[in-house]
Amino acid sequence: MELANLSVLLVWGAATALAIGLIAFSVDLSRLSGAKVDARDAARSRDRVSVGAGAQDDVPGPVDAGSAVTGAAAGPVNRKFAGIGMSVTWLAAALLLIAIVLRGIAAGRTPWANMYEFTLVGTFVAVAVFAGVNTRRDVRYLGAFVSGLGVLFLVLAQEKFFVEAMGVQPALQKYWLVIHVGVAICATGIFTVAFVASVLQLLRDARDNGSPVLGSRHWGWLDHTAAPAALESLSFRLNSVAFVLWTFTLIGGAIWAEDAWGRYWGWDPKEVWSFIVWVVYAAYLHARTTRGWSGSRAAWFVVAGYACVLFNFTGVNLIFNGKHSYSGL
Amino acid sequence: MAGRTSSRDSTPDSRAGTYVPEGIADEFTQGEPGEAHGASSSDTTGQKPERPNAPALGLVGTLRWMWRQLTSMRVALMLLMLLAVAAVPGSVLPQRNQDAAGVLEYLADHPTAGEWLDKAGFFDVYSSVWFSAIYILLFVSLVGCILPRSAAHYRALRGRPPRVPSRFNRFPAKATATTSASPEEAADAVAAHLRGRLSWLPTFRVDRGGADARGSRPAAATVSAERGYLRETGNLVFHLALVGLLVSVATGQMLHYRGQAIVTEGRGFANAVVDYDTFEKGGWFRPGSLVPFSMTLDKFESEFASDTVAFAQARDFTAHVTVTEPSGEERPEQIKVNHPIVVDGAKVYLQGNGFAPEITVHDAEGEVAFSGRVTFIPEDTMYTSRGVVKVPDVSPGLDQIGLVGYFLPTAEVNEDGSARSAFPQPVDPLLVLEVYTGDLGLDDGSPQNVYELDTASLTPALEESGERVKVLARPGETVDLPNGLGTLTLGEDLPRYVALDLRHDPSLAFVLVFALLALAGLTVSLFTPRRRVWARAYTGPDGVTVVEVAGLARGDDAGLQAEVDRALGAVPGAEAEPAATGQAQEPRIETGSEKD
Ligand code: HEM
Repeated sequence: MELANLSVLLVWGAATALAIGLIAFSVDLSRLSGAKVDARDAARSRDRVSVGAGAQDDVPGPVDAGSAVTGAAAGPVNRKFAGIGMSVTWLAAALLLIAIVLRGIAAGRTPWANMYEFTLVGTFVAVAVFAGVNTRRDVRYLGAFVSGLGVLFLVLAQEKFFVEAMGVQPALQKYWLVIHVGVAICATGIFTVAFVASVLQLLRDARDNGSPVLGSRHWGWLDHTAAPAALESLSFRLNSVAFVLWTFTLIGGAIWAEDAWGRYWGWDPKEVWSFIVWVVYAAYLHARTTRGWSGSRAAWFVVAGYACVLFNFTGVNLIFNGKHSYSGL
Repeated sequence: MAGRTSSRDSTPDSRAGTYVPEGIADEFTQGEPGEAHGASSSDTTGQKPERPNAPALGLVGTLRWMWRQLTSMRVALMLLMLLAVAAVPGSVLPQRNQDAAGVLEYLADHPTAGEWLDKAGFFDVYSSVWFSAIYILLFVSLVGCILPRSAAHYRALRGRPPRVPSRFNRFPAKATATTSASPEEAADAVAAHLRGRLSWLPTFRVDRGGADARGSRPAAATVSAERGYLRETGNLVFHLALVGLLVSVATGQMLHYRGQAIVTEGRGFANAVVDYDTFEKGGWFRPGSLVPFSMTLDKFESEFASDTVAFAQARDFTAHVTVTEPSGEERPEQIKVNHPIVVDGAKVYLQGNGFAPEITVHDAEGEVAFSGRVTFIPEDTMYTSRGVVKVPDVSPGLDQIGLVGYFLPTAEVNEDGSARSAFPQPVDPLLVLEVYTGDLGLDDGSPQNVYELDTASLTPALEESGERVKVLARPGETVDLPNGLGTLTLGEDLPRYVALDLRHDPSLAFVLVFALLALAGLTVSLFTPRRRVWARAYTGPDGVTVVEVAGLARGDDAGLQAEVDRALGAVPGAEAEPAATGQAQEPRIETGSEKD
């Protein structure tokens, strides 16, 4: 019991850290966009040049965002707040990891067997993937959104999905719990980060194409994210990793269902929605390579796909009544 | 098979408008049916059968046009989205094959809408005409798309890397160095590096060649190399595996059988159609595929948590059985949830369990009117279980008796007389039954559900207060039925029953293999980089050897510059040319330093 309480405390700690991260990253973005109007113009024309130059432009984030900020035109802008954001992001990931491990010890099993635990681990994966990608290239502009979603998920988990730590019923007692659910969580976490990138891509694309709303000064921070092509490339890479994991989730789930439920596929609501998610992301991969559908149209598929991921997790668990009712609620 | 201009308009590399690797048949990725098979030689393969007798217009032309539409990427995209949308109603509405009772309830609650929905197949979505139509069209489209692509890829596999282009400066990744080695040595070094260390598993397909002097350009030793054929191979494997998967699943549907049997402790059943309570089979099923083994349930054990946090949560179910093979050989087995046993190719699952207490009814004349085990079906996690006893065989002249009610393993009777179970194990068992008399309707031959009592034409036994009489019995007790109907005895020990599911599906191995093939193909196709690298080494104006390397990738490829740099690094004594390298790489510095 005590370990379980400590785990809860740590979750709140992680949520707080992410909230601080959210603030720090937002301050950073607003500072960037506040830093001189001509910096923005310079950045925009720079984008245009690099897009025009075309071939070079699978260069992701850092060149555009970085050069807009540190380049001569913009003058040096202090990214101290982004630094703070990254530090608390790492802190949040660490706290969450410990919380998850303690939870597992308290329950005496793998700590991802119900909705509450799934949310914790999924949030951890999303935060860790963001922090991990950031070690390779500067994607700090994603920070505000990833931490924002993270806070939201953790608070929801704690307030709405919480169940006490305990053992699991016979149908769940199998190593497939570790594999099938673990892989599904990783996929969900990665889909989350990719979704953030695609949303930014859409916003940025609209702004660059002179959208009246997004063109206003309030959205100036968008210029300090990456160019749409770079965001699309980031989103695609994350989505392809997550899609492979999702495919494996379906296969692993089917293998498990064959033993646990006596059939590998039975169109149970959870199966239906996992299938829908899979088909929508498959459509996304096809849209990317279809003339007239690539670019921001394809990004809408990511939005739709992620909406299905969320519904599959929340709606299907809470509304429908299927074999897959392991939410513990 | 010359490289064609790009069709992928808003992906970055296509903005350069220069390059589409061969073998990745991007013609399929285009929307226009006219172009779809256009410049590629796959056209002829795809359309051959129609050629000889194809008039320019008319039916065949229309069919061809439709075929091209169907196999276009845009239609595939639409069908995919349609499939996703069409799958939704099946998760919202109850489906017959999972929840037949739910369907009946829905039909009762929504008579008009329900009937229409039923006609349109909304209660059998996944076998409905429209759902099937979508996925069948999708798969036709897929086959039409993938077969010509496979042929094109087969040819590409035997092709050679494209020749060294005349100018390198339009390429996204390039680097230059000088060396004291001769041009031939330098080119050999690059070629050897690109082939990789394992000669039987070359990383790149490499051509070493030379280019004659032309105009101001000196003669050069050249290397052209290409890697990533596996990318397209993986993609084709993936799509073909999906076809295999569909065919296996369908075959399994035709050949499978599945039966359910309820077996109580000490009893058994034989693997024969007649011995199952429900039996379902595919169209190609033959009774001969039922191997006539038999099975006895020796003992059933269940375990529940008793701590406060997880109170009464199931922890373990085990059915101890003895399997008797047709040969007469016997062996003990254990069936658990999650751990079916396999007997003669059929899997036997433990799907449910409950209590089947022994009930005996003596009628008013003292004759045994009913004696047997009655299956009570659990309705909640505490095993508050509902059951029905039909007593048609009363002595002549008496009314038939129907009993309906609950078996409570651990009875908790509330003040208002209602009762429920408080724990799943038989700590304080109690049987609570209501009594009906009249004609049970068993004699008219129409089939009846043994778990339901149709009380419409029966009379309930009432207290003087007008409430229904509840007969309560504990194990070993004999109690009177109301109105002098007779007595009821509940057996001393409480036998358990298990619901077993027996299933045979010969396609399982194929389904698994194709699913895993699809996964492997997908992974390879998404993560194999598709790259071309060219190198040219020549003697520069000042007599030193200049080596230029350029690289090109399909789609986003952050590792391309690193690949080029490594190739150049293989040249013995190479000294990077600062000016050229710096300039060439300027827009890609960040990428070049990336680790992937
Ligand atoms: C059951 C339906 C289908 C599913 C689930 C599916 C799934 C996928 C997936 C996940 C990919 C990604 C692999 C990659 O990007 O290389 C892919 C690629 C591809 N699919 Fe499908 N597909 C289906 C049907 C079709 C059909 C009907 C066509 C043709 C009309 C088609 C043509 C392609 C092509 C051309 C690619 C390669 C795109 C590229 O080169 O990047 N697919 N498919």
